[in-house]
Amino acid sequence: MSHGLVTMAYIAASILFILSLSGLSRQDSSRRGNYFGMTGMAIAIVATIFSGQVNAYVGLLIALSIGGFIGARAAAKVEMTQMPELVALMHSLVGMAAVLVGYANFLDHSSSLSGAEKTIHEVEIYIGIFIGAVTFSGSVIAFGKLCGRINGKPVLLPARHWLNLALLVITVVLGNVFIADSASGLLPLLVMTAIALVFGVHMVLAIGGADMPVVVSMLNSYSGWAAAATGFMLSNDLLIVTGALVGSSGAILSYIMCRAMNRHFLSVIAGGFGTASGGEVAEVEGEVIPIEAEETAQLLHDSKNIVIIPGYGMAVAQAQHTVYEITKLLISKGKKVRFAIHPVAGRMPGHMNVLLAEAKVPYDIVFEMDEINEDFPDVDVAIVIGANDIVNPSALDDPNSPIAGMPVLECWKAQTTIVLKRSMASGYAGVGNPLFVHENTRMLFGDANDRLQALLKALQN
Amino acid sequence: MKIGIPKEVHEGERRVATTPDAAEKIIKLGFEIAVESGAGEAANISDDAYRQAGVTIIESAQALWQQSDIIMKVRAPEFHPALNVDEVELMHAGQHLISFIWPAQNPELMQRLADKQVTVLAMDSVPRMSRAQKMDALSSMANIAGYRAVVEAAQHFGRFFTGQITAAGKVPPAKVLVIGAGVAGLAAIGAAKGMGAIVRAFDTRPEVKEQIESMDAEFLMLDFKEDGAGTGGYAKVMSPEFIAAEMALFAEQAKEVDIIITTALIPGKPAPQLITADMVASMKPGSVIVDLAAEQGGNCSFTEKDQVVVKHDVTIIGYTNLPSRLANQSSQLYATNLRHLLTDLSPQKDGTLFVNMDDEVIRGATVIKEGGITWPPPPPKLSAAPAKDAAAVKAHQKAEPAPASALSQWLPLVIGAAAFFGMGSVAPESFLSHFTVFVLACFVGYQVIWNVSPSLHTPLMSVTNAISGIIVIGALVQISAPAAIVQILSGLAILIAAINIAGGFLVTRRMLEMFRK
Repeated sequence: MSHGLVTMAYIAASILFILSLSGLSRQDSSRRGNYFGMTGMAIAIVATIFSGQVNAYVGLLIALSIGGFIGARAAAKVEMTQMPELVALMHSLVGMAAVLVGYANFLDHSSSLSGAEKTIHEVEIYIGIFIGAVTFSGSVIAFGKLCGRINGKPVLLPARHWLNLALLVITVVLGNVFIADSASGLLPLLVMTAIALVFGVHMVLAIGGADMPVVVSMLNSYSGWAAAATGFMLSNDLLIVTGALVGSSGAILSYIMCRAMNRHFLSVIAGGFGTASGGEVAEVEGEVIPIEAEETAQLLHDSKNIVIIPGYGMAVAQAQHTVYEITKLLISKGKKVRFAIHPVAGRMPGHMNVLLAEAKVPYDIVFEMDEINEDFPDVDVAIVIGANDIVNPSALDDPNSPIAGMPVLECWKAQTTIVLKRSMASGYAGVGNPLFVHENTRMLFGDANDRLQALLKALQN
Repeated sequence: MKIGIPKEVHEGERRVATTPDAAEKIIKLGFEIAVESGAGEAANISDDAYRQAGVTIIESAQALWQQSDIIMKVRAPEFHPALNVDEVELMHAGQHLISFIWPAQNPELMQRLADKQVTVLAMDSVPRMSRAQKMDALSSMANIAGYRAVVEAAQHFGRFFTGQITAAGKVPPAKVLVIGAGVAGLAAIGAAKGMGAIVRAFDTRPEVKEQIESMDAEFLMLDFKEDGAGTGGYAKVMSPEFIAAEMALFAEQAKEVDIIITTALIPGKPAPQLITADMVASMKPGSVIVDLAAEQGGNCSFTEKDQVVVKHDVTIIGYTNLPSRLANQSSQLYATNLRHLLTDLSPQKDGTLFVNMDDEVIRGATVIKEGGITWPPPPPKLSAAPAKDAAAVKAHQKAEPAPASALSQWLPLVIGAAAFFGMGSVAPESFLSHFTVFVLACFVGYQVIWNVSPSLHTPLMSVTNAISGIIVIGALVQISAPAAIVQILSGLAILIAAINIAGGFLVTRRMLEMFRK
C-alpha cells in the first residue's frame, strides 16, 4: 500500500473514532457508535500491516490473536459489578504498551534524526514512557483498590507533597541527562521509569475509595495522553488524534465527577480526603426509626410515586436483579417507579446505569440527578439502596461538612424515605448523615439483597 | 392485663376506643380485651365483628369497669346517665385509664381521679414530637375535623365548589379561606382543594407557608415581621399591631370569599376572635363559616357551640363533635393511636403496662400516676420548626465568592500564549504539523464528549479503552525492525494492545446490548 493510501486509511479511522464517541451521546445510536469504533480500528490495523513498513507477519499475527483471544474472553466473562476493575486493568495495559513501544523506539536506531528534531524526538520518548509508566502503576493500584485487594482508605505518607515534588524534580534532571547523551541513555531512562512507577503508585494510594470515579476517569485520560505521546514519538497522526480524543474524554469525565462532588480536581489528586478540618462539623443527633420489610411493602402498596436511589451498596450486594423484580411488580400494580442516579454513585462514571441495564431495567425510567431532583416533593416513597454521601442533606445545610456544596439527591423531601443499609456506619467520606435520623426516614437494616428479597416476597403476598 | 372498652356515654358521641383490627394487634401484645356490648354500634362496628377479632363482649357496663385493669375511652369520664353514677366512681385503685382528659380545663375531674388512686394517661397530653406522631390523637382527630368541616360547609353552601362551564352557563369556583394551617387547617385545605375550590390560607407562623403552598393553596402574606411559632409546634399570642394588620386582611378577604374555615387555637387560652360581626355582615349572602374553635369560644363572634346559626344570611357552624360525625374513620385512627401507645407502654410485649416516666412521650401523656398528679410535664425540648441557623449561614456563604479577579482570569491565557510562542520559535516544521493535529483533536474530543449521556459513561470508558489500543499501530511499525530486542518489545506491546482492543469493544457491545427501553 502506498503512503498516500495509508494516510487516507488513517483519516478514515480517525473519523470513525470520532463518530464512535459521538454515537455514545444517545442510547439508540450507541451500538452503531461501537461498530464504528471497531471498523475504524480494523481499517487502521490492516492499513498499517500492509503499509510496507511491516514484514514480520508471523510474529504480529501470533501476538494479535493471543491478545485478541484473552481480551474477548475477559469481555465475555466479566461480571457487570466488576466493570470498574476491568476498566482499570485495561488502562494499565495501555500504559504498559506505551512504555514498551517507547523502549522499542528508543532501542531502534534505524531512523536518523539530528538537531532540534532529534532532541524533540527524545523528549517525546521520555515523556511517552513517563506517562505510560504512571498510567500503568496507577491503574494497577486502582484495580487493587477496586477489587478490595488493597485497602480503600487513603494511604498518607508524611510530607507526601514534597515527596511527589522531589520525584518530579529528579525526573526532570534525569531527562536532561538523557537528552544530553542519548546514546548511553538507557540507564537514566530505566531509573526514570522506576520513579514514574513509584509516582503512579503513590498518587493513587493517597486517594480514598469515594474518589475512585475521579481516579478511574483520570487514568482513562492518562492512557489517552500516553497514546498521543507515542504518536508524537512515531510521527503518527492517527495515534495523536486518537490519543487526544481519549485523553480529553477522560479529562472531561474527571471534571464531571469532580463537579458532582463539588471538589477541586487538584484536591482530589492531592489525596487525603476527609482529613482537612474546616470548622466544627455539626453532630448528627436524633433517633433512628427502623422498619421491617412487611411494613415497607405496605408503604409501597399505598404509594403511587416511587423513586429508587441505588448506590455502591447495591453493587456490593448484587441486588440489581431483585431491585428490578420489585420494580416490575410495582409497575404492574400501576405505580410510577423511577430510578435516580447520582453522577458519582458507585466506583466509576455510569456504574449504576450499567448495573441497572444488566438487570434489564429500561433506561427511560432511569434519570440523572438534575432531571429528577426537583420532583422529590411529589414523591411518596424514596428507596435508598446502599448509598450514603450522595443523599446526605448536610452537603446542603452544613457549611462545615466535608462534603458541603456537593450536589446531592434531595430524597428527604419525599413523603417517606426508606434507607437500606447494613449498619449505621458512615459513608466513605466519614461523614454522619442526618438523613438517617430525619423524621420521614425509615431504616431497613440488613444485607441489601436479603432485605429486598424479603420485600419482594412481602409485596407478592 | 385486661383492657376494657366501655360504650361512650357523652351525648352525640359516636366514636369507640378500639376497632376489631386494632384489637387483634393489641391482643398480640399479650393483653385481653373486653368491649361493652353495643360500644361500636354508632361507628358501624357490630359486636360480632369484635368477637371475630377475639374480643370478649360484656353486657353490663358496671361489670366491665369492675373487671378491667385498663380502661380505654374516647371522652373523659363523666356522669353515666343509665347507671346514674359518675364513671369516676366506677373506677378502683390501681386501675389505668387512657382517654382524652384535658387536664387544664378539668382540674376538678383530675382531683377526683387522683383521689381514686388510679393512673391516667391523657391522649391530649401526648407531646408533639416526631417519635410520638403515631400516637398523636389530637392530630389524627384534627385531621378528620378539618375534612369534615369542608363537608359541613358544602352541605350548607348553595353552590358547587368547583368551577364549571356548562351548557346552562358558567359556574365560578367557590373561594375558601382557611385560617390557621395546623393539622385541621391543612386537612381542610386538602379537602376543599380536592373538591375544586380556590383555597387561600393564613397562619401566623411563617414556616407553614411551604406546607400551604405544597397543597396548592395560596398563602396570604401579611406584610409584618413577627414569628408566631411558640413551643411544641403551636402558635402563640401575637402583638396588638400584628392582630390589627391581621384583622384588616380578614375584613378584606371576608368580602371576597364564600367559605371561611377557622381553626385558630392557642393552647390553654380562649380562642382569638378573628371574624367580627362587621366582617360577617360584609360577606356575600349564602356564605358559610365553619368555626373549628367553637369548643374554646369560637373564632367568630356569632359562633354558638354545637349549633348552626344564620346571621346576616351567613351560616355559622359551631359543631364541636366533627370527628364523631365521621365515627368509623375517627374510631379507626384513634384506636391505632391507642395501639401505638400500648406498644410503647408494653416494651416486653407480655401484656403488662410499664409506665416509664423516663420516656419523654410516656412522661408527657401520664397526668396522674398512682394517685399523684404529674401534670403538667416539664416543657418539651424540641420545637417542630427546623433550626434556621445553618440555612442562614449557608446563604451568607453563598454570597461571598467575589467575581474572580482579572489576574486569575487572564493568567492562564497569558501563560498559554507564551508557551505557544516559545514552542513556535524553536520547534521544527514537522513537529508543529503534528502539534496542530493534536490541538485540533483535543478540541474535537472536548466537543464530542460533552454530548455523551451520563448514563453511558461506563460504555464510554470501555470504548475509549478499546480505542486507546490504537497504540498497537506504534508497535506494528516497529516489529519489523532488525534488532531482536525491539521485535520482542513490540510483540509484547501488540499482544497487550490487542487485549485492550478486543476486550474493550466486546465488553462495550455487551453492555450496550443490555440497555433497552
